[in-house]
Amino acid sequence: MANDVLTYNDDTLIKEQGFEDHFHDHHDGDKYQSNFVTHYIFSMDHKIIARQFLITGMFWALIGAAMSIIFRMQLGFPEESLTWIKPLLGKWITVNAETGVGTLMPEFYYALVTMHGTIIVFFVLTAGLSGTFSNLLIPLQLGARDMASPFLNMLSYWFFFLASVIMFYSLFLSTGPFSGGWTAYPPLSALPQASTGSGTGMTLWLMSLTFFVVSVLLGGINYITTVLNLRTKGMSLWRMPLTIWAFFVTAILGLLSFPVLVSGFFMLICDRSLGTSFFLSEIFIEGAALPNVGGSPILYQHLFWFLGHPEVYIIILPAMGIVSEVLSVHARKPIFGYKAMVFSILAIGFLSFIVWAHHMFMSGVNPFISNFFVVFTLIIAVPSAVKVFNWITTLYGGNIRLNTPMLYAIGFVSMFISGGLTGIFLGNSAIDIQMHDTYFVVAHFHIVMGVAAFFGMFAGIYHWFPKMFGKFMNETLGKIHFWITMIGAYAVFWPMHYIGMAGVPRRYYSFNNFNSFDDFQLLNQFITVAAIIVFAAQVLFVINFFYSIWWGKKMKDKNPWKANTLEWTTPINTGHGNWEGKLPVVHRWAYDYGKDGKDYIPQHIPLTEEEKAAEGSH
Amino acid sequence: MDASLKNNYGNKINPQLFGLWIAMGSIIMMFGAFTSAYIVRQAAGNWLEFRLPDLFIFSTVIILISSITLQVSYNAFKQKKELLYKLGLLISFLLGLTFLILQYKAWTELFGIGVDMKVNPSSSFLYVITAVHALHIIGGIAALMVAITHAFTLPFFYSKQRKMRFQLVLHYWHFVDLLWVYLFLFLLLTR
Ligand code: HEM
Ligand SMILES: [Cu+2]
Repeated sequence: MANDVLTYNDDTLIKEQGFEDHFHDHHDGDKYQSNFVTHYIFSMDHKIIARQFLITGMFWALIGAAMSIIFRMQLGFPEESLTWIKPLLGKWITVNAETGVGTLMPEFYYALVTMHGTIIVFFVLTAGLSGTFSNLLIPLQLGARDMASPFLNMLSYWFFFLASVIMFYSLFLSTGPFSGGWTAYPPLSALPQASTGSGTGMTLWLMSLTFFVVSVLLGGINYITTVLNLRTKGMSLWRMPLTIWAFFVTAILGLLSFPVLVSGFFMLICDRSLGTSFFLSEIFIEGAALPNVGGSPILYQHLFWFLGHPEVYIIILPAMGIVSEVLSVHARKPIFGYKAMVFSILAIGFLSFIVWAHHMFMSGVNPFISNFFVVFTLIIAVPSAVKVFNWITTLYGGNIRLNTPMLYAIGFVSMFISGGLTGIFLGNSAIDIQMHDTYFVVAHFHIVMGVAAFFGMFAGIYHWFPKMFGKFMNETLGKIHFWITMIGAYAVFWPMHYIGMAGVPRRYYSFNNFNSFDDFQLLNQFITVAAIIVFAAQVLFVINFFYSIWWGKKMKDKNPWKANTLEWTTPINTGHGNWEGKLPVVHRWAYDYGKDGKDYIPQHIPLTEEEKAAEGSH
Repeated sequence: MDASLKNNYGNKINPQLFGLWIAMGSIIMMFGAFTSAYIVRQAAGNWLEFRLPDLFIFSTVIILISSITLQVSYNAFKQKKELLYKLGLLISFLLGLTFLILQYKAWTELFGIGVDMKVNPSSSFLYVITAVHALHIIGGIAALMVAITHAFTLPFFYSKQRKMRFQLVLHYWHFVDLLWVYLFLFLLLTR
């Protein structure tokens, strides 16, 4: 294509037309970057912090995924010996002295399921996804030197790190980590004697997540403040890329919902240690009645899901933003319906606060009240459908580059459609009577949240890897990674819909006592094998990632994707303060692809006379 | 201040003050959760009724006065009246401490009439809500202590930077003050 040679001379442009903020006149901005420790460890530079979030997130993703493989082994091959894994799990594998068959202890199975959920939801898909890309892109795409408060930003990462250390430590407790499910419902979470993991394991879980919330709040305050206050000249809200809109609304959701979880945690801590009865009532343990009366476990569920449902959108919105950007860049077309995209993000954000009880249809909430939640829940499908429609329309007739980031972005759309549809099943309280707490729910949320959000994250990593590390990731490995993950993920989660419809409950260690579920043994084996293959592909990704950091193809051009957003006007080795001289000034929105016969027109290119005339005419 | 703060062109709100307001939004959500859980739980019955200690009225008055004295101190700072500025800060600080002591006394009073934390969720809620609020007051007192150290160790002069710092403390303090007024009225009206 002739257009492909189109490049812009950013340096002169920014020099001539940029905004002078005198950033480089004084050097106090650079001083905290002077040595190894302040540069790479206690860094206040948003780009380094983004990488710290990413790498910590990847570490957790591997652990979380490995856990799922172990409990999938139990579900797929309950008879098979797990003795080979004893060196790793120690006493949690009991070996039968006569036969030599090693079995996973049920207590640890529950601990694994719980930790898998907690780790993936909070540490990987919240911190690893939103933490990484909000940090990287908010200042870069808005034309800011850094976050509003680089110091709080650094604290945000280190609180996450502290939370990580505590959670990691809890994995090695002799009583095991918390094992009552990632939602931590009482009484399992409120009574230290309820199960092995409910003692120290739960105490550490609460500590870890409280620090985690602090991290989210510090990060969120920064993201919001930066978006509203530090945009460069010309970057009006309606010119912001959709990534930024998504991160912005995500941060607002986090700031409004996580504190509610914290108040639930405080009450839980009081129940655990101070003898109160917020969530406990009339409980018998080993024949003896506990003194607690008058509490309500449903109250905890309300507090948890008031966070929990916004939380799933905290996870998916950044992925949606990334996907919108990647689709538009690699289809060489403006995103279809930019304003509709923004309004649907806002609508989803708003609605996500008034649907939480759809997780509690079967908890004994008043069926009359359920109706309201059914209606609001189903309304969320409308902005979701608007987004899907716009993504597909963006692709339609585009000059599509089928590279890895693009494949992942398209894969995201596919996953979001599949998982969103099953959400509509579940959103009907009558159908939920059958589906609740079955593998159908597991299938639903893994496809729509787990896999889709991971795809958004992969799209982002492959797309912005050059910006983060100055190198490209290997395309061949990337494509292999994509196809195995895409097909494999469907192979893992599609069959779960059938299992779930047949009524197989989730979170069961074994189905030996239910003859009617014997039919699914083969399917369960299939799922486990598929899961192992998908896991192997992720190892491939990790290898590709670290290999490319050091030996990947060098980035020679500042703007390899020929994208419009400002991060690609910064030098290849982006230093502190992001732009060397002046800041770029923004003249247009982020999606001028294929306009007036030009392949792309970056945001900092001034309007032509014709464009000005056109702008004035409406 | 960090250099990166200066890169915004011509916007009026200070990013740090703005960040503080956002944080206040979070705090409101947290207490919103407590108080709505309170209402939900209360509606479910088995709810012990007891009279709120009168000391809460005194602590409310004290915290309201401390807001006024801090505002006076802030205004004095802007008008470069050093003595009033320092005095106002000190008095606000002492009133803050008094508030905490009164809250504690109120607790012991409740405890004395047998309403301890475990008796019934109604008392558990009261203790937890007042305790978490007290933690926020302690945060405010810490901020006041920093302000006082600045006031008494640095030579007195007026600068935008110092005014801004003072504003942070001032807004937060007014906020935790009003938060208490809300909580107190809430507890009174749900009796
Ligand atoms: C059209 C949109 C959606 C609707 C109508 C919907 C509806 C539902 C309903 C009713 C449940 C409860 C099922 C049960 O426990 O019986 C559920 C579970 C869940 N959904 Fe969705 N959902 C939608 C989209 C999403 C999205 C976009 C995400 C995440 C990005 C998500 C994540 C989850 C999760 C994590 C759970 C299960 C939590 C658990 O019990 O562990 N859903 N969904
Ligand atoms: Cu939900």
